[in-house]
Amino acid sequence: MKVLLRNPRREVEVAGPISIVAMLDRLGFHRDQVLVIRGDTLVPGDAMLDDDEEVEVRPVISGGAR
Amino acid sequence: MKCRVCREPAVIDVRRHNANFCRDHFLRLCRDQVAKAIEDFEMIAPGERVLVAVSGGKDSLALWDILLDLGYEADGLVLGLGIGDYSDTSTAHTVAYAEAKGAKLQRIDLREAYDIDVPTAAHATRRVPCSACGLTKRHLFDEVARDGGYDVLVTGHNLDDEAAVLFGNVLRWQTDYLARQLPVLPAGDGFPRKAKPLVRLAERETAAYCVLQGIDYVVEECPMAAGNRHLGYKEALDSVERSSAGTKHAFYFGFLQRAADLFAAGVAEGQGKADLGRCARCGAPSTAEVCTFCRLVERSAGAEPVALRPRGGR
Repeated sequence: MKVLLRNPRREVEVAGPISIVAMLDRLGFHRDQVLVIRGDTLVPGDAMLDDDEEVEVRPVISGGAR
Repeated sequence: MKCRVCREPAVIDVRRHNANFCRDHFLRLCRDQVAKAIEDFEMIAPGERVLVAVSGGKDSLALWDILLDLGYEADGLVLGLGIGDYSDTSTAHTVAYAEAKGAKLQRIDLREAYDIDVPTAAHATRRVPCSACGLTKRHLFDEVARDGGYDVLVTGHNLDDEAAVLFGNVLRWQTDYLARQLPVLPAGDGFPRKAKPLVRLAERETAAYCVLQGIDYVVEECPMAAGNRHLGYKEALDSVERSSAGTKHAFYFGFLQRAADLFAAGVAEGQGKADLGRCARCGAPSTAEVCTFCRLVERSAGAEPVALRPRGGR
């Protein structure tokens, strides 16, 4: 499974099938810090991802001094 | 996961609400939270003209979209800050959104209008980039709101932002800042009313809103903000939130309900600025003969443009 990561933009391979929680844990993310995006929608936390899928793990934190 | 409202498949869990939502009900939740903040804190009255400070990021674009959806007359203002590709991309997302929605957008490019950019101004004035950027944005947002006859200037500060700023102000007991850390500040002394309608939404929620609405925003972080103190406070609060969902909300809204008045009591009316005159150059409210922004421009305009350097690279 291809996983697009941001900041910096890069792509990693993760073997599926795998749960969202397990994938994020393997990549070192907590689910509150990111969104998992597939196509134009979000993937819920209890979903399983197959090996042939492509998803994006997008961080949600932002901000300098504003 | 099922949507709490309709029991259809959910697309997002919101732990601090202990609930899951489908797309439509999540979008409704976001709009309802913004509407509630506007009503509770009397941010915008019906028929008022709103100026939205837009950066091209998730928060300001979500805010603009929600305000338009709620029926407000909301125009955007975006600044070309000159922070390399980051600024170009941010502006491009903002312009694309405005064109798609048919919304009115004003643009000010710092290099074109003042012959400065944020990296050069920061270097010339020996300020950290976030400081030079912040004072520039505050000055120009205020000026456009004032000159354009807008009733209120709104910004995309979300719950995470406000909790992090509060955390920092408490850690250092910045009582003047605590007195003014409110979701709405009244107009006065030449300043427009300022409001933060996203204070009831976490940044994961504004990001999710944009994804589900099909709004493209700049995902990359400002290269000059990396490692700043504000982000460190966010990470600290995130750590607490993970073990106790809802802590940030309780921290910020507990402050507003139980403590903000205690700090505000020591501050003068209006914006809390004493003996404000007018800047001899631009006419903005200022305690000095020439305001901080005009002095920054005077020291920076015409300076050799500096290469973009990440924070910590000076």
